[in-house]
Amino acid sequence: MVFAAAHSILLGEEHSDMSFVERCVYVAREAIEEAGIADNEAQTLLVLSTTKGDNLDLWTPALQIAQALGCTHRPIVVSNACTSGVCAQITAARLLATGPYKYAVVIGCDILTDFIRSGFEALKALSPEPCRPFDSDRQGLNLGEATACLIMARGEEAAGHWVYEAGSIHNDANHITGPSRTGEGSYRCLRDVLPTEIADLACLSLHGTGTPYNDEMESIAVHRAGLDSVPVVSLKGYYGHTLGAAGLLETIVTMRHLDSGLIPAAKGYQHQGTTYALNISAERRTTDKRHFIKLLSGFGGVNAAVRWRKQ
Amino acid sequence: MKQIHHILILPDRVVVDDQPVTITTQGADIVTELYRRYMNDYPKFFKMDLLSRLGLVAADILLQTEGAERGAERDDRAVVIVNRHASLNNDRAYEATIQPDNYFPSPSLFVYTLPNVVAGEIAIRNHYLGETACYIAAQEDVEPLIASTFNEHTTSVIGGWLDVTDEKEFIAKLSIWTH
Repeated sequence: MVFAAAHSILLGEEHSDMSFVERCVYVAREAIEEAGIADNEAQTLLVLSTTKGDNLDLWTPALQIAQALGCTHRPIVVSNACTSGVCAQITAARLLATGPYKYAVVIGCDILTDFIRSGFEALKALSPEPCRPFDSDRQGLNLGEATACLIMARGEEAAGHWVYEAGSIHNDANHITGPSRTGEGSYRCLRDVLPTEIADLACLSLHGTGTPYNDEMESIAVHRAGLDSVPVVSLKGYYGHTLGAAGLLETIVTMRHLDSGLIPAAKGYQHQGTTYALNISAERRTTDKRHFIKLLSGFGGVNAAVRWRKQ
Repeated sequence: MKQIHHILILPDRVVVDDQPVTITTQGADIVTELYRRYMNDYPKFFKMDLLSRLGLVAADILLQTEGAERGAERDDRAVVIVNRHASLNNDRAYEATIQPDNYFPSPSLFVYTLPNVVAGEIAIRNHYLGETACYIAAQEDVEPLIASTFNEHTTSVIGGWLDVTDEKEFIAKLSIWTH
């Protein structure tokens, strides 16, 4: 099986003077130390999740990070728009199952540049106020900056760890920027990764960007998958949309809360703002369940979901 | 895993299943020439960046070569793109629209500043609801990455190496892959 051996996060304000490569190496070293990996060189694969990399170059920084960490295998960069961080987990799990590696260092990072800011501005996707995912008064998204690292390991000694259970990627085949009206791709991803018993799900960690169309689309997908009763985790109110880091950051934050039996409050949410009601709350809640799903969607019509289970 | 059909498009050469295709143009014009000859029914082509145009045309020629019925929705075929330069050629074009002295960010250029959008364009054109993915990786890893995509849902893949350095230097080396 594949499980999460360690994780580490660096948030925007903590690292503004560090370069793209420095941020990635920093979080990776922290996580590698926590995981207690003895011999990086032979055993570890680097999987980097990013949309714009280091000043638009995605390959050179991957080589530099791999070298700094002593990973001699050729790195893999996953660049699947805003779903990259979930897709990178899926890619790592697949390659761990078949490749010669024991560990995958999966890092998500994007730097908030004028390039990105101007583009989202031009698309009129930005909220003038702190974003309010799934709320009736939501006005768009906030951009955020983070670097997050999840170490995934292949082995049987997973007691006390989060085990990777399933992953799925589907395209809407509808529009390169507009979410599907039927939530087609997200629905299919949810359907593919469901546990045998829906009642075992502690929560659904959704994309929840705060744009009118995304959040509506997700509510439709959740409803179609029969998951209306499952508590929703919505984290963009805290961190903004961290692009290539989002899938890893939000997976790790969800794990950390569930490790303490908590479902985080949906910051910014007040009133139902989607056609189908979600089980979402502005208050922190508790749970003793052990499965969660992380769902994301992105430009290019791509959707991705993973399910993790606490062993 | 085997390649049932394959195509190579270079700035001066097009080869389909080892058969050279006669072309009359050079450079990026080849992609438009191929569009007019093999597709010519998809005006959205002209809104796309070179990476998407190249990938879309290459995929369409492969699918015509395959000769299977097209048009119905399916989710058993994935689209997997691997390259070195991501969307850099179009990124530079977008970057030119956000200069301090000439700040008119173009949404239509911005949407192509992601290397996975070409996979989405191929999915839209062909009603593919399966997996779409883009990797920046070494060319040696194309086959392992495509092989890793197969599972109980995905029984064939269209994809391969699709890299645009600039308007003069590009390559599409795509295949239809099955078990």
